Amino acid sequence: MSEMNPSGLATRIDIRGLSFYYGANQALKDVSVPLYDRKVTAFIGPSGCGKSTLLRVLNRIYELYPNQRATGEVIFDGENILNGGQDVNILRAKVGMVFQKPTPFPMTIYDNIAFGIRLFERIRKSDLDGRVEHALKRAALWSEVKDKLQESGLSLSGGQQQRLCIARSVATSPDVILLDEPCSALDPMSTAKIEELIDELSNEYTIVIVTHNMQQAARVAEKTGFFLNGRMVEFDSTHKIFTNPSDKRTEDYITGRFG
Amino acid sequence: MNRGLYARRRLTSRVFLTLSVLAAGFGIGSLALILGTLLTRGLNGVSLKMFVQMTPPPGSDGGLANAIVGSLIMSALAVVVGTPIGILAGTYLAEYGRHTRISFVVRFVNDILLSAPSILVGLFVYELFVIHMGHFSAIAGAAALAVLVIPVVVRTTENMLLLVPNTLREAAAALGTPRSFVIRTVTWRAARAGILTGILLAIARISGETAPLLFTALNNQFWSTDLNAPMASLPAVIFQFAMSPYEDWHRLAWAGALLITFTVLSLSILARIFESKRLSQ
Repeated sequence: MSEMNPSGLATRIDIRGLSFYYGANQALKDVSVPLYDRKVTAFIGPSGCGKSTLLRVLNRIYELYPNQRATGEVIFDGENILNGGQDVNILRAKVGMVFQKPTPFPMTIYDNIAFGIRLFERIRKSDLDGRVEHALKRAALWSEVKDKLQESGLSLSGGQQQRLCIARSVATSPDVILLDEPCSALDPMSTAKIEELIDELSNEYTIVIVTHNMQQAARVAEKTGFFLNGRMVEFDSTHKIFTNPSDKRTEDYITGRFG
Repeated sequence: MNRGLYARRRLTSRVFLTLSVLAAGFGIGSLALILGTLLTRGLNGVSLKMFVQMTPPPGSDGGLANAIVGSLIMSALAVVVGTPIGILAGTYLAEYGRHTRISFVVRFVNDILLSAPSILVGLFVYELFVIHMGHFSAIAGAAALAVLVIPVVVRTTENMLLLVPNTLREAAAALGTPRSFVIRTVTWRAARAGILTGILLAIARISGETAPLLFTALNNQFWSTDLNAPMASLPAVIFQFAMSPYEDWHRLAWAGALLITFTVLSLSILARIFESKRLSQ
């Protein structure tokens, strides 16, 4: 944990002067924002504003592709993760990610959860069973799947698949969970369940959510940042952003004048 | 509305439809004719003896046992050698070197190999194996067939892996999974049905090949499982027997042709089943 600021919040990840490039195209321009420990931070903004790109920097998943690079500082556990000094897989184990579309692996429900645990730990079968159960309970999925753990993860409904993916992230005990528009492919009922879950998980994890849905940001997040054209226009408490934004552009966006 | 224009379009449409039906009828009809002839002539020679007795000298009783076993041995060897190479190469193209220059070259060469006349492959292996070993052998035959298996497997593996959505790779990587582990545990698994289909198609492709075997495994009238000696195979025996003037050899050649056709057909159906499984996933 790093220093506390005046409002009593501890910064878990500190982003300073971050810029990001897809080839010659700059997607993030000098973004600085703190992500507070065990709080939900939401990033909103129109399509292509760079909010998802920011998430993809935090676990360095962008490195899977050629010609993408980030400059600036992302301080996590006292280290700039962009230095490339530490092992990217260990970073990713600490910073979990859930994607827009559910991404269950083509294996059983049990193995989907056990997958991440087995990567980093050698544990007894009985302990593994317990960990799988705990993760599924944490993602509010246990009661629905406890009798069919050996069925394919692909057999679940879209909302269940997304909670399976959240359970999979939680199973490896990360510090931070990144959610990239986790509800955009889901119906309202499933969305409500996921939001409830986010609220509950924020007691334990630092959560960053990117969403198209402003009401969703207002419902789940304590802090909200508004992005436009790769710049962070405004970052403040969610309440302030949605009731009394300081920037005209933020106001225009949240009142639906564009975007 | 211009009635003349409309009438002319209707006429063109009719002519086009007629031509299409005729072309389809010609294609399906000739196929039916081939299969029909094969069935009537081939069933004549099919019996239990075909599977247990050796290829006979002209005028005496016999079967195709040595040819059947020879084909099985060489095809199995070719698949065992060719499939891992093909899968690994296809994996390289789809996973590691997707946009690199070397992949572009490999893909291009593979496409050439895919449509290369198989007799060239036979000559290549003849130069490489038979000349150096000093004699024809089953190993050389299997090597020639393996060279035919590889491009088919490379192509299908690459295509099937490209169909696996990137989000799945990202999801696995986001858990902290090393790349080779992502490929082995998630990507391959997601593409499993498609890759298997490719292997089956490769087996179907080699099971009827004659030209590459004539230069490599040659043929053998007798029972032999010695990999270092010439070995009989169904296509080679069919070739030899069909060219002969003897009636009983002709009958066995037809029976052998029927057997190969039936095998290839079964493999194709099996491949279709895998394919539909893949699509329903």
